This record gives sequence, C-alpha cells and structure tokens, in this order.
Amino acid sequence: MYKILKKVLLSPSVWLYDIEAPRIAKKAEPGQFLIVRTDEEGERIPLTIADFDRQKGYVSIVFQEIGAGTELLGKLNEGDYILDVVAPLGKKTHIEPGMGTVVCIGGGIGVAPIYPIARGMHQAGNKVISIMGAKNKDILILEKEMRAVSDEVLITTDDGSCGIKGFVTTALQQIIDRSEKIDEVIAIGPVVMMRSVVEATRPYKIKTVVSLNPIMVDGTGMCGGCRVQVGDEIKFACVDGPEFDGHLVDFKGLMSRQRMYKDAEKEETNHVCKLSKIKGAI
Amino acid sequence: MALRMMKYAMPEQDPKVRAHNFDEVALGYDEETAIAEASRCLTCPNPRCIKGCPVQVDIPGFIAKMKTGDFAEAIKVIKKSNALPAVCGRVCPQEHQCEKYCVMGIKGEPVGIGRLERFAADYDLASGNETKPIEYAADASKVAVVGSGPAGLSAAGELARRGYKVTIFEALHKAGGVLSYGIPEFRLPKEKVVQVEIENLKKLGVKIALNTVIGKLYTIDELIDEEGFGAVFVATGAGLPSFMHIPGENLNGVYSANEFLTRCNLMKAYRFPTYQTPIKAGKVVAVVGGGNVAMDAARTSLRLGAEQVYIVYRRSEKELPARLEEIQHAKAEGIDFKLLVNPVEVIGDDSGNVKQLRCIKMQLGEPDASGRRRPVPIENSEFNIDVDTVIIAIGQGPNPLVQSTTPDMQTNKRGNIMADDSTGKTTKPGVFAGGDIVTGAATVILAMGAGKKAAEAIDKYLKNKKH
Repeated sequence: MYKILKKVLLSPSVWLYDIEAPRIAKKAEPGQFLIVRTDEEGERIPLTIADFDRQKGYVSIVFQEIGAGTELLGKLNEGDYILDVVAPLGKKTHIEPGMGTVVCIGGGIGVAPIYPIARGMHQAGNKVISIMGAKNKDILILEKEMRAVSDEVLITTDDGSCGIKGFVTTALQQIIDRSEKIDEVIAIGPVVMMRSVVEATRPYKIKTVVSLNPIMVDGTGMCGGCRVQVGDEIKFACVDGPEFDGHLVDFKGLMSRQRMYKDAEKEETNHVCKLSKIKGAI
Repeated sequence: MALRMMKYAMPEQDPKVRAHNFDEVALGYDEETAIAEASRCLTCPNPRCIKGCPVQVDIPGFIAKMKTGDFAEAIKVIKKSNALPAVCGRVCPQEHQCEKYCVMGIKGEPVGIGRLERFAADYDLASGNETKPIEYAADASKVAVVGSGPAGLSAAGELARRGYKVTIFEALHKAGGVLSYGIPEFRLPKEKVVQVEIENLKKLGVKIALNTVIGKLYTIDELIDEEGFGAVFVATGAGLPSFMHIPGENLNGVYSANEFLTRCNLMKAYRFPTYQTPIKAGKVVAVVGGGNVAMDAARTSLRLGAEQVYIVYRRSEKELPARLEEIQHAKAEGIDFKLLVNPVEVIGDDSGNVKQLRCIKMQLGEPDASGRRRPVPIENSEFNIDVDTVIIAIGQGPNPLVQSTTPDMQTNKRGNIMADDSTGKTTKPGVFAGGDIVTGAATVILAMGAGKKAAEAIDKYLKNKKH
C-alpha cells in the first residue's frame, strides 16, 4: 500500500499526486515510469514518473482522468492508499554533460514527464530550451517549474491565448529557423504531437527522442503488449524504452494498437455500478 | 479380486458445459475412488515410479497410507518432498514422469499417482490444518528468493523449514508466477489452491515482497551488500515471449500467449467490466503452438466466447509437447487441430485488425538437434484461414532484467543463467539459480525440484560461511 501525501489539481481533470515510496524515490531516474493499480479489481496503469524526491522519499505522478481506471485513481484523496505501485520501470533518459543544446518539448500533460528530464539536462550543464504546448492557457501546467530548469521557455497554445499561437512544432520551427545549433530534441506528449515533431526535425537530421505510451500490462517485459516497430526490429516499450529514436518509430502502427480496446473502454465508462458505488461512499 | 488394469476415471465437467465456464474441469476423486485407485498400487519393493518424480516423493509410501484411508498421514509423506502437492497433482505431465515408470502401465494403465496426490492435498486443504510458524534462532540468516513461481516457492518453503528467514521478491502484484498468471483457473483454481498454498508458506514465516522488480528496485548486489541477505536464489523463470517475426504480427488482435493469459488469469479480464482490464477474445481464434501454453490459450478463448478455435502446429500430433490430458480435454471441448501447418503472415483489414492467417503446409524431414523430426515447408501450399484473433504460443525465453544488472553472474548464449545442475550454484558467490531461468521453459515440478536442491546447497553454503 502506497500513501498519497499530496494531491493537487493542475488543470481541469489533471491531477498531481505525491506518493510515499522511499525506495522507488531512491532509485528513480528521469525518463522512467511506474505502474499503479488502485484496488483489487483495478487495471494496471502505466504513468511516467513526473518527479521524485530522494530525501523526502516520494515520487510524483501526473495523470488525466480519461477512462474508468484514471477516474477511480482521481477519486482518491490525500491520506488514501494506492494498492500497488511498481517502479522504477523502463530505461532512464540518456543525460550527460556536454550534450550541447537540448530542446525539451512537452505537449499537454506531457510537460510533467519532460520536467525531470529538462531538470536533469540543466543540472548536467546543457543548454535547455523548453517548449510547452497546450490547447489554451487554462490547461497549461508546471510553467514555473519548467522556467526554473530551462535557459529559455517557449509556450504555444492552439488558440493563441498564451504565447505563440499554434502547435509545439510552430515554436520548434522558429528555433530551427534562427539557425541555432540543436544537438537533441526530446518530445513527450500525444502520439500525433510526437509524430509531428519527428517529421519537423527529420529534414534537418536533428537527433529526436520520443517517449512512447503504448498499452501495457505488466511493464516488465513478459507480455509484449507494448511492442512497437522501431526500424527493422520489434521492441518492447516497457523494457527497451519507453524512449526511442523518433525517426525510426512506426507511429501508424503505434496509433492503431492504442485503439485496440476503444470499444471496451466505452463499455467500461458506461458501466456505472462501480463508479456510483464509489460516489455513494464519499 | 482380480487386479483392475485401468485407472478409475476421474469425474469431469461435461465438455459442452465446461467450454463456457472457468470452473475446474477435472473434479477429483471421492474418498472411495481414491482408496480403490490406491489399491491398484502393487507396492513394488524397488519402486520405479519414484525415479520418475523430479522431487522423489515417496510414492508407494503415501499410497500405502491412502489404501487404508489415512489421508492425513499420506499428505505428511508427500509434503516431506513436495511443497505444492495440490498444484503438482494437477499440472505435472505424469505420463512423462512418475506414471511413465509404473509397473502397472506395462500391461494396463499406470496407477493414477497424480490424481492420488491431488486427492491427498485437497483433503488436507479442506481439513483446514493450521500451518505452524517456524521458531527462528536469534542469529538466523536471511535468504532472498527472486521470483515467486514454483521454483521460488519450493526453495522458500525448504529454506524456512531449515530455519532461514526468507523473503521472496515478486515483480507482479500477486505471488505464484506462472501458477497465477499462466495456468488458467479451469486447470488450477487460484483462490482454492494456489493462494492457499502460498498463504501456508507465509504462515510458516516466509515474507513475500510484491511489486518489487529485482534489477530495478534492488540489484542482486544491493540485496547482499546493503540488505543483509546471506544468499540469493534467482528463480525468475522464462517469461519473455517469443514472436514469430512474420509480417502483420503487430496488428490488433495478435497476442502473445503470455499477454492473453495474464489479462485473463491475473487481471481477471474474463470478469470485465467488474474487473477493469479488458480483453479482445474474438469469434475465430488461431493459437500458434502445441505446448501446454497453447492448449491453455485455446481453451481460454473458447470460454471467452470464441465460436471456432484452431491450434496451428507445425509438427504432427505425435510431437505435440502438451500434457496428454490437456490435449484430450481440448479436443473434447471442440478445439480444431490444424497439424503440420505453419503461419507465414498475419493479414489485416484497413483499420489494422486481424482478418486472416496465411499458413503453409509442412512435412516432417530428418531429425534435428533435439531428436525430433524437423518440419519442412511444402512449396506452394499456402492457404488462408479467416480469423480475428491470433495468439502466439511458440515459447518463452529468459527475462534479462536480473542478469543485465548482475554482470558477474554468467549466462549462456540464450541468456539463461549458468548454474550447476545439482546445487544451482552460479558463477557469483552466494547466488544460486534454478527453474526455467536456468533450463529454459520446462515444467512446474522440475522447477520445484531445482528450488529444493538449491535450498539444500544454500543451507550448506551458509553453514560453511559461519564456520
């Protein structure tokens, strides 16, 4: 059982939880993820580790309520317990001094997992340019935190309510056009966003790393549910990734596999008994 | 009275009924039948059956007790050698082990040793005998067991009985390894059998740390140097699914058997949406492979509502590696065996879902390195089967998580840990290994045998270290 120490609403239906887990906090590295299971009947949900504090012994997750599993997780309060937390899973981000200029791109709640990476890159002495994208200014998250670990921050909103009007690729193109040497781009966000970033950097041959979010079950390499085509090989995102060279990823296949349980998710969301049971208890 | 040459039949659920539920298929003997079957044992002075048992259960010894109806004593005899009799009696391929050597099998059918072991174990579980906790010495050493499958559970039980403080580290949220996520409910009941056996181990004093991935949360070195474990037993199994590397394998509707069975058994997807994990079972399912895992996946598909289920296997019936009883059960339930057939491509529709499986016919050629005749494709014999789900059950390899973070523990070229056959000793001092992680995918009882041997060797190692 893992205690929720802090619960903060970052934007509508997007939560940040600090979870007490000293051992995980001690071992976690930027780029890794964890798996939570809320209760006995729950599913295993993979979430990127958004932050960790080795001294205070907690790890943070940021998640959006988008289905029955995350809605149930969102019902928990400070002081409540999550039944299972497995971590740290996956490979850590490659971070070292002397990497040069790194552009860290976070789209939507993808800003949360890009944050420890930007911080790590910054602490290692690299120049960090961060791009944060959101639909509008009300759902921008972690701006202050990102500014603290970046040399420069560009914000984009689809409707222009904050920063540059457009997508994260609009801002990325601006950086490319000002002829600044970019040594690496790291992008985390919705698959369509990551694919657009990859296509934006491909002509310039800029190394581009993406963090993939396929469907997972165990997260330890035993089922292959999270497999993705990377170049000529089948990779398991949970153990070989979740970060891969974006220019080699088969995004079409990834998006198709993410839709595999769309009907089931609908059925589950319409299935009211469990959620009403919880609501009734509050 | 004339000696009965055939086994007493074990009652089973009707195939037409059981194909649509997850309840156990084989219902077990009643007391009367158990005594009658036990009485078929000739109590050979030089029993050959024991040789066939990887943990050398005193088979004539326990059967002698059963003949007189003393089931409580019978289980005591079994438990001296076997930590999980209710499991082994159900899932051991007895026709290749104990029963293969039974003298009665020469002219008739062997004694139903597995069924009798199962009866004794179930009788014991039902009697609710409390397991008494071990009284540990003040200076008892700590031993870490990595993995809570059959090898780990058996080693842990043996070590606890020898007075060691054992902690099992398990990556998943439930202990049992393949007993929990792999073998289905209708063959091995989870609450009634697996969890009870595990609870008994805990009552003995064994600690189980769930959600703990060794290689990530702790390395083997950290367990020894920082957490104070005197020895480590690595029993992480063969959990890495093999894929066929044919076109279309990433289409929606293609599962590894591991994923399909994990969703169903561990996550209880068959009770969706009460349980949240979904599964896409399909109406027409092809399962590729011929082992127990393939049978389990095929029969699970049927129970999830499939109308037609094929086993697609590249060799012939004779080479099917699955347990005989499971093959018979599968056939009775209506699974369609497509033998000497190998898939070459999974064909999808426009939205990326499985539509057909393209196969090629095979013939058996010369024997290969394993001694089995090698299947060779017959040219221009390709044909398509209409399916909407494909489950790949062609084997599993070793998960590299532990090995990759323990560089001074040697592995072979397949990635299996190199360990001494009789002791489980690895090339790293204080670290032992056994079960599928050493041998590659094998049987529950072989894994348990390896766990038991390693426990004896660990006992010796720690006693030497103390002096």
